Amino acid sequence: MSALSRYRILLPVVSLAVLLAATFWMQPRAMSYFGLNLLFNLAVPIALATIAQMMIIMVNDIDLSLGAFVSLVACITATYLLDTPALGLAMLLTLILAYAALGALIHALELPAIVVTLGMSFVWGGLALFILPSPGGASPDWLRTLMTVKPPLAPMAVVASILIAIVTHLLIIRSGIGTVLRGVGGNARSVARAGWSVLKLKAFAYGLAGLFGVLAGMALVGLTTSADANIALRYTLLSIAGVILGGGEFVGGKVSPTGAVIGALTLTLAASFLSFLRLSPDWQIGAQGAILILVLTARLIFSRKAGDT
Amino acid sequence: MSLLSKPWIWSWSAAALTFALTIGLTSGRGAGELAYAALSFGAFAAIVGLGQMLVITLGPGNVDLSIPATMTLAATLALKVMASMPGTAMLGLAIALMVGLGAGIANYALIYLLRLPPIIATLAASLIYQSLAIWSNRGLRIKPPQELADFATGRLFSVPIVAWVGFGLAVVVWIMLERSVWGRWLLATGQNMRAARLAGVPVEFVRASTYLTVGVCAGLAGYLLASFSGGAALNMGAEYLLMSIAVVVIGGSSIAGGNSNVPGVWGASLFMFLVISMLNSYGAAAGVKNVLTGTIVIAIVIAASTRKARI
Repeated sequence: MSALSRYRILLPVVSLAVLLAATFWMQPRAMSYFGLNLLFNLAVPIALATIAQMMIIMVNDIDLSLGAFVSLVACITATYLLDTPALGLAMLLTLILAYAALGALIHALELPAIVVTLGMSFVWGGLALFILPSPGGASPDWLRTLMTVKPPLAPMAVVASILIAIVTHLLIIRSGIGTVLRGVGGNARSVARAGWSVLKLKAFAYGLAGLFGVLAGMALVGLTTSADANIALRYTLLSIAGVILGGGEFVGGKVSPTGAVIGALTLTLAASFLSFLRLSPDWQIGAQGAILILVLTARLIFSRKAGDT
Repeated sequence: MSLLSKPWIWSWSAAALTFALTIGLTSGRGAGELAYAALSFGAFAAIVGLGQMLVITLGPGNVDLSIPATMTLAATLALKVMASMPGTAMLGLAIALMVGLGAGIANYALIYLLRLPPIIATLAASLIYQSLAIWSNRGLRIKPPQELADFATGRLFSVPIVAWVGFGLAVVVWIMLERSVWGRWLLATGQNMRAARLAGVPVEFVRASTYLTVGVCAGLAGYLLASFSGGAALNMGAEYLLMSIAVVVIGGSSIAGGNSNVPGVWGASLFMFLVISMLNSYGAAAGVKNVLTGTIVIAIVIAASTRKARI
């Protein structure tokens, strides 16, 4: 078990290190405070979205609406949260509650999460279009200041990622409630037998996903200073890829928050790396798919080796 | 078994009701046009829906998320090879089907060789197909050859030809499922893969042939859709991801696999198109339309689950 859990976090770390080394080799000037800041500029919202997706995958579901949800949050942040902060905040809280209710609904009626979230992606996307029919809005000043703060030693994106990893690690791996939540993914029946309400736990997991989704949308607006209804649609795929790259599994509650954050950083870096390669933009999306397949192949070889010994 | 206990009756009734509501709004005008459009667009959804249904029948976790990308890639390459020249329609069809088959083989290779969950495998592969389509398309919109465009938009016995293709495919899939050994194997695999394997069902062959079939279906749908709408566009497949899964579930097939329903897929495809056109004719804005489409899909999934619970 210890060997298994060690390689689970080892592989994401190695992938990130290899990619980082390759980037520095291609572009030595990136090896600076400013360079790192540019490389990981968009890492914070992606890391937060990946954590949100991880909460869902942790309880054996999958969320295909996350990208649309983050877009909707971005639209609310750039309009209502800016003009009428109280109303905006209330809307964002409602969204988190809606996510929790969705989790409860999916569990209570035994609905297929993949279909429900696919349907919800239309609902979130439609609401976003309703709030912001054309790109626009602006970031609240405090959010802009927060996202562009320049801490000493390491750039904001790196510091924030480490902070997110620590907080979610404590919440999911170290705390009692986190262990029970992972237990829902591992064996929901035994968690229920132990006296927990799986319904409440699942609603809580979805609520956490909603919370991190909201944070992701806000962070995104803080960086881009404006929003549109399609701003984060690709986050659905990125977040699933990030969780899997980070050593998470689709079933069994086997997830790693640290790994997920590292997975998100790897995907962010991959985009920068590809542009350093002067790869035609046509191939950017495909190369991300190829990297995903490559890392999963590496993981298969690792786990085969681990299985042999 | 009475008519009401057939799972497909619900999707067909819903389609008929929506049709009546839309026609009622225009007090009977445009019924012919609406039926033509519903049968045409319903056919595209039904073709990919039938493929998706076979995959979903394979059991939990099996779903093909690469359908939109495969459609786009097949259509783009087929139109590029045809280059609007007359007499190339069959060549284009062959290209589109080969692309679909290739995508199916690639998807299954990832699933089998890398032991990837189908969701991740088809997702990662679809990113690559998407890049290939962008690269080969270069933003150009190549028109289909004239006779192919006429064929795709034409009618036979006042029913759109693409609908005939969709009906034909549905009949073939129904025979394969209900009357062939392969269909029994597929259902057995979907109900319990381990038991099926122990009973001597060639499970991996069944899985491989299913993923190849869905690829071919996506290729065919892409080819017809591009011919119908006068060219391939990079986002042409986008809406067929939700559509292909939704029509399977609405059509009465079990999302947990092992139980499929061919007529229901067609009914659900007609229903999905009619709902969207009904919202259009009520003058709903794009945002409102999306919210309602999503809500209706979820409402039907909920209704289907409670109906099952009662039985």
